[in-house]
Amino acid sequence: MQNGYNVAYRRDMFWLAGFFTLLMLAPFCMPNNYYLTILILCGLHAMHAVGLCLLVGHAGQISLGHAGFYGLAAYTSAYLSTTLGLAVGLSMVAGVVLTVLISLLVGLPSLKLKGHYLAMATLGFGIILSILFTETVDITGGPSGFVGIPRLSILGQELTTDIAVYRAVAVVLCLMVWLSFNVLHSRIGRALRALHTSEKAAQAMGVDIARFKLFVFVLSAAFSSISGVLYAHYLTFIAPVSFGFMFSVELIVMVVLGGMVSVPGSIVGAFFVTILPEFLRAFENVEVVLFGAILILCMMFLPDGLAGGWNRLWSRFRRAVHE
Amino acid sequence: MDSSSLLQYLITGLTLGSTYGLTALGFTIIFNTTGVINFAQGEFVMLGGMMSVFLVRVLGVTVPLAVPLAALGTMLTGALVERLAIRPVRGCPSINLVIITIGVSILIRGLAMLFWGKDTHVLEPFSGDQPVMVLGAAIMPQAFWVLAISVILLTGLKLFFSLTTQGKAMLACSFDPKAASLVGIGVQRMVMLSFMISALIGAVGGIILTPITMTSYDKGIMLGLKGFAACILGGLGNPFGAAAGGLILGVLESLGAGFVSSAYKDALAFIVLLILLFVKPSGLFGQKDAKRV
Repeated sequence: MQNGYNVAYRRDMFWLAGFFTLLMLAPFCMPNNYYLTILILCGLHAMHAVGLCLLVGHAGQISLGHAGFYGLAAYTSAYLSTTLGLAVGLSMVAGVVLTVLISLLVGLPSLKLKGHYLAMATLGFGIILSILFTETVDITGGPSGFVGIPRLSILGQELTTDIAVYRAVAVVLCLMVWLSFNVLHSRIGRALRALHTSEKAAQAMGVDIARFKLFVFVLSAAFSSISGVLYAHYLTFIAPVSFGFMFSVELIVMVVLGGMVSVPGSIVGAFFVTILPEFLRAFENVEVVLFGAILILCMMFLPDGLAGGWNRLWSRFRRAVHE
Repeated sequence: MDSSSLLQYLITGLTLGSTYGLTALGFTIIFNTTGVINFAQGEFVMLGGMMSVFLVRVLGVTVPLAVPLAALGTMLTGALVERLAIRPVRGCPSINLVIITIGVSILIRGLAMLFWGKDTHVLEPFSGDQPVMVLGAAIMPQAFWVLAISVILLTGLKLFFSLTTQGKAMLACSFDPKAASLVGIGVQRMVMLSFMISALIGAVGGIILTPITMTSYDKGIMLGLKGFAACILGGLGNPFGAAAGGLILGVLESLGAGFVSSAYKDALAFIVLLILLFVKPSGLFGQKDAKRV
C-alpha cells in the first residue's frame, strides 16, 4: 500500500517535471507575441482549473462562483495599486488575502448546502459580485472597465516583457500543481476521496468533513485569486465581462473536459477551452456555434474527458504494440 | 410608501415572477425525469420570444397564430435536443449531461445570433398599450395576459399530471425511474416528453413576456438563471415550489427596484435567496432529504 502510494506520487512528480520543462521550452517555438499572450492566458486559466479539480473532482463540491473570486482579487489589487498608489507587490498580496478571507466567510455557511443548492449559493454569490463590479462605477470604472493598472513587478523589478510574465505565470502554475499533488497524496487527499465515495461513512470513520471541504474551497479560491491579480497586472485593463457567470461555467467545463479527477487533465482542459476560441476566430460569426457543438461532441464521445480519451487511445496503442 | 405604488410594484413583480415561475417549472419537469439541471432552459424562453417576433415582423403572421406556432417550434427544438444530444449518452454521470446542456445553450444562442442578429426586438402588446387604472396603479393590459396565460398553463399542467395516463407515467418516472420501467413505462419516451413540455412552457413564458421586456439573442442567460434560482428557492423538484419561487423572486426584484435601487435589483434578489438558503438549506417547500447510507 505504502509502496503503491510512493509510485503514484513519483509518477505525478515526473509528470510535473516534464510539464515544467515543456512550459519553459514552449516560447522558443512561438513565432510571435500573440501566441505568447494566449499561452499566458492558458496558464492563468489552468490555475483555476487545478483548484477546481480539487474542489469539484476530489471533494465533490460544485462551485459556480469562482469567477467572482477571480474578479474580486483582480479589482482589489487594481484599486489599491492604481487609485491608492500602493506598491504592486503589496496590492497583489492584499488582493489575495482579502479574497481568501471572503471565501472563508462564504464557504462557512455555503458548504453546509448540498449539490444543486451549493451550486446555487456560489452562483448567487458570483452574480452579486459581478453586479458590484458593474455598478460601483467610482471604484471599478463600471462596464467600460478599469484602465491604467501598473504592470506586474516582483520585488520592485517590473516585468516589462511578455516572456518574463510568461515565465512567472509558468512557475506559479507549477508551484500550484506541486502543492495540489502533495495535498492529494496526504491525509487530506485520502480524506477527500473517502468523502467523495460516501460522506456519511467518512464522517462515521472520524473524518472531519466540514473542515476538509472548507480547506479545499479556500485553497481553490486562493488559486483563483492569484490568477486574478496576475491577470490584472498583466493586461493592465480589466472589465466586468471577464468575471461573469459564463466564466464560472467555463471553468467547470475545463475540469469536466479534463476528466474531473485528474490534475494534468484539468490543465489540458484549461488549455483546450482557452485555445479553441482563438482557432475558431477565423470563422467569425460561426465561432460561438462551433464552440457549442465541439463542447457537446466532446462530452458525448469522451465521457471521461480528454485525459480519459487519451488514456484509452494509449492503452489500445500499447496493446497493439505488444501483439 | 403609498399603497398605489406598492400595488404597482406588486403587479409588476407578479407579472415578471410568473415567467420566472414558468421557466422554473421547465427546470423542475426535466430535473424530475432525468435528475439533470437543463442549462438550455433559458434558451427555450429566448427562442419562444425570438420566434414569435420573427413570425410577426418578418413573415407577417398575425399574433394569435404566431404565439402557438412559436411555442410549437420551440417544443420541436426541445424534442430535437433530447433526441440528438441527451438520449445517445443516457447513463452518463449527470455532470456530463449538465455540460452537454451548457453546450446546447451556447449552440442555440449562437444560432439565434446568426439568424436574427444582435439587435433587441420588440413585439406589440396583445391588446394595445393603454394602461388600465386599478386602485390608483396603472397596469399595462399585457400584464393581465401574462397572468391569465400563466394560470391557464399551470392549471393545464396540473390536470395533465393528475388526470392523464401520460402525466401519471411521468410522475411515476420522477419518483423512481427503475420502478417505473418495471411496470412498463417507457422512461426514455417520458424524458422526451419532459423536454417537449419544458420547452413549450418556457417558450410560452418567453412569448408573453416579450411585449413587456423586449427580447434579444442573449436574453436567455439571465432568464435561465432566474428560473434556476426560483427552483432552488421553492425547493428543487417541487413544481408548486418552483411556481411559488418564481413569483416570490419576481416580487422581491420589483420591490427592490422600486424602493431601493434599480441597478441593484438582481443583487438584492440574490442576497435574499442566499440568506434563505443559509437558514433553510433545502428551499422553502423542499423536503429534507434523508439518505440511507
